[in-house]
Amino acid sequence: MRDYWRANQQRLAPVLFLLPGLLMFLVYVVVPIFQSVSISFYAWDGLGEKEYVGIANYVELMDDEAFYTSLKNNVIWLVLYMLAIPAGLFVALFLNQNVRGIRIYKSLFFFPFVISQVVVGLVFSWFYDPSYGLFNKILEFFGADPIAMLADEDWVTYGIIIAGLWPQTAYCMILYLTGLNAVDSEQIEAARLDNAKGLKLLWYIILPQLRPATFIAMVVTIIGALRSFDLVSIMTNGGPWGSSRVLAFYMYEQAFSEYGFRMGYGAAIAVILFAIMMIYIASFLYKMYRDERGH
Amino acid sequence: MLHNKKTLAALFAAASMMSANAFSGELVINTDTSDPAPKAAFEALIAGFEAENPDVSVTWNLFDHEGYKTSIRNFLTADAPDLANWYAGNRMLPYVNAGLFEPVDDVWAANGLNDSLASAAASMTIDGKKWGVPYTYYNWGVYYRPDIFASNNIEVPTDWAGLMAAGETLNAAGITPITIGTKYLWTTGGVFDYLNLRTNGYDFHMALTKGEVSWTDDRVRATMANWKEMIDAGFFLEDHAAYSWQEALAPMIQGKAAMYVMGNFAVAPLRDAGLTDDQLGFFQFPMIDASIPMAEEAPTDTMHIPANAKNKVDAKRFLAYLARADVQTEINATLGQLPINSGSSVSDDKFLQAGYEMLSTTDGGIAQFFDRDAPAEMASAGMEGFQEFMVKPERLDAILERLEKTRKRVYK
Amino acid sequence: MFPRPIEKASPPAKALYKIALPVALIIWLLPLLAVALTSLRSQADILNGNYWGWPTSFNMLANYTAIFENTPIGQYILNSFRVTIPTVIGAVGLSCMTGFALAVYKFKGNLILFFLFVAGNFVPFQILMVPVRDFTVSLGIYNTISGLALFHIAFQTGFCTLFMRNFIKALPFELIEAARVEGVSEIRIFWYVVLPLMKPAIAALSVLIFTFIWNDYFWAMVLTQGADTQPITAGLNSLNGQWVSSWHLVSAGSIVAAMPPVIMFFLMQRHFIAGLTLGAVK
Repeated sequence: MRDYWRANQQRLAPVLFLLPGLLMFLVYVVVPIFQSVSISFYAWDGLGEKEYVGIANYVELMDDEAFYTSLKNNVIWLVLYMLAIPAGLFVALFLNQNVRGIRIYKSLFFFPFVISQVVVGLVFSWFYDPSYGLFNKILEFFGADPIAMLADEDWVTYGIIIAGLWPQTAYCMILYLTGLNAVDSEQIEAARLDNAKGLKLLWYIILPQLRPATFIAMVVTIIGALRSFDLVSIMTNGGPWGSSRVLAFYMYEQAFSEYGFRMGYGAAIAVILFAIMMIYIASFLYKMYRDERGH
Repeated sequence: MLHNKKTLAALFAAASMMSANAFSGELVINTDTSDPAPKAAFEALIAGFEAENPDVSVTWNLFDHEGYKTSIRNFLTADAPDLANWYAGNRMLPYVNAGLFEPVDDVWAANGLNDSLASAAASMTIDGKKWGVPYTYYNWGVYYRPDIFASNNIEVPTDWAGLMAAGETLNAAGITPITIGTKYLWTTGGVFDYLNLRTNGYDFHMALTKGEVSWTDDRVRATMANWKEMIDAGFFLEDHAAYSWQEALAPMIQGKAAMYVMGNFAVAPLRDAGLTDDQLGFFQFPMIDASIPMAEEAPTDTMHIPANAKNKVDAKRFLAYLARADVQTEINATLGQLPINSGSSVSDDKFLQAGYEMLSTTDGGIAQFFDRDAPAEMASAGMEGFQEFMVKPERLDAILERLEKTRKRVYK
Repeated sequence: MFPRPIEKASPPAKALYKIALPVALIIWLLPLLAVALTSLRSQADILNGNYWGWPTSFNMLANYTAIFENTPIGQYILNSFRVTIPTVIGAVGLSCMTGFALAVYKFKGNLILFFLFVAGNFVPFQILMVPVRDFTVSLGIYNTISGLALFHIAFQTGFCTLFMRNFIKALPFELIEAARVEGVSEIRIFWYVVLPLMKPAIAALSVLIFTFIWNDYFWAMVLTQGADTQPITAGLNSLNGQWVSSWHLVSAGSIVAAMPPVIMFFLMQRHFIAGLTLGAVK
């Protein structure tokens, strides 16, 4: 037995190492995904019996105004949320020094990410409050007209995204701080000797080495943009009249909220959300695959 | 150690008897009454029950109010308690339909509840059966600043003309007539309900919420036309879609708004914020059509037995206890709300007395509130439409058609 | 190191930086200061719409003690620890192994499995609610700390595997080859060669996972009920009333609740900074 192991361990070891994690993952994540896809073909209130309806839920979605609004908002979130990545990099670069107490500064800059999103949303709602909020006072100071950010169907999504960028930038910052620690100092010195500095140094030497950090930052930012539930819920509840809805929130509304008893319909929305995410995943994985191949 | 077979057999018999009766005598109650007043009320209620029924010991699981709405869906199937509180009307419907609540007609019959709880009997009935016991309700109406009215020489309006005149005077004085916060939508349901009840009456309102009438019907349009009159006259707080109902209290507290169409629970925070009883008053929502009896809104809180409960016997005893006049008097005194039992007495607070007076003399019927009279999906679509209408009244046709489309799908 | 170390810059630049740091911090934390300010206010202030002005009364002690009196917040915090710590250990531990397997060994399906972990991680977890709940009930661990922790461990394994696998891939493979040539068994290679090199990644990942799980609200609601098992996120919401929200209490509670992740980050920073330089080999 032991000889068999010795002889074959390079083949068997991966199985051994993979099995526990993979098993948990399959059971708690992969299988439920398939189960939920199957739920989307039923009409079910989550409590009683399921009723098979085929693709009726999807057909209804195609005709659903709220669905298209959510889709549009998700696109806006995906695009604008990416701003957190350069912002995070900038803050990380700013903090990547060795002055006294920098550890405390780094911890405090990280704070927005650890505080509950409910409170973040609340504070930003008050910031945008039409009568008492700071936002309109600042606008007044600059001579602009007041905007009721969260009551205006055209501006509301942007207002929420700004609130979300605050913790997300903190998140990207910590990823880049980790990445910056791993950057090769020899390469930097060599480049400095060649008189490279500032932006050129950043672009040609540093950024390529930060690629793993950037990759993860993109992954988490996209996940964050598509999962943006807490902020929408606390700041506008999807309003006004559903104009700030995103798919994750719409799904929750339909399936789990106070007035939502349509599990099948909600599952269909979740499946579509997942399909959208799959497009991103596929494009990333393809890019990763090419990078792997390249090495 | 047990030498004697007989002893062994006796012990075995004793053990199996004990396990068979293991659940009688233990009662598990889940509630969402996490606020200080309801929490105190329930503490007293449970203590009182235990005192009268010393053979029963109660385990009370207190949930956070919002979280309960999700938890109830899980625990009714996964880990059902013996009693759970919830709401009447269509809020009960999903659980009744899924067979998760136990019908309690026997409790009603045995304790004469059809008489003493008559005012709430209809809202507890689905398919001819009773599904729980109501223990409290509260009134809705118009809460206002009598001092602002007085300083502007405004009389308490009793009809539409009076209301419109009051609004005009207030606007001229730079005061918002009615404050409202529609971020969480349900406040629009209150306004719609009253306008509809006053314009078209209780029967029509019930038919509409039951899905028997089209949303594009002329009578609905008549209600919306009255609403539009208020909107056009600048009645409502600006940018109300950005405020929760609580945030909309601020203008009224600061004297920048004069009225709030709200439930009685608004009184406590208004008093907390510093308004004295001279600065806070109540009046019934004004009549619009003199030929239509005045109906009121009074949402009801209830207690149910889950179908998967383990100890239904003692649970039914608890329901019987809860339905008693003296128990309801006591619990409502702490809650600051109104008892259902016609034999109970109402506490001395001026607003409770006013509400009680209004509700017990109403001949127009008592509605549960839009999100309890209409099924969940219709309610949420409706209230969203109302909010949009309040800000963009020009979109009325599109909104009504969307609601009609929802109605066709929801009520099959 | 990048950017140019400030010690080597000119004195005015140094001074500017030393001033810029605290200013930037204050602007950055402005919303947080607002939360802290709110936690000092009284309910009356908030009802009056005084969100940004000077508080009319300072209720710091009252609010911070109220949260411990009105709710079992101590118990909630304990529950949070009881869920978060096993999850961090479990998820990071499992993913060290899976990341190692995927990074070091070439086998058919390696990339596919990796993609599986990445893809599963993107899942909107609403889609998992009912199946996971039913599964947890059928295992008999509904409304237990372990039920919640097990789910989190399983779900976070996706993200952690991605993180670890990429990190390990960037380590110099020669170390492993050298160990193999010397006849060291695979398991020992994992334990004695690779794992020590992974310390900075483990530290960073632990902090991230700690924060995620600590702030999770959704799964706490789905899989637990009652003060015995619910973590602090659910507890915070319980500070709000049925009709009237007590934002001053929620703010106080959320500041208390945010302390553990921040302290953890502060303590783990050393590992970030002292991480092994990866060398020029790719």
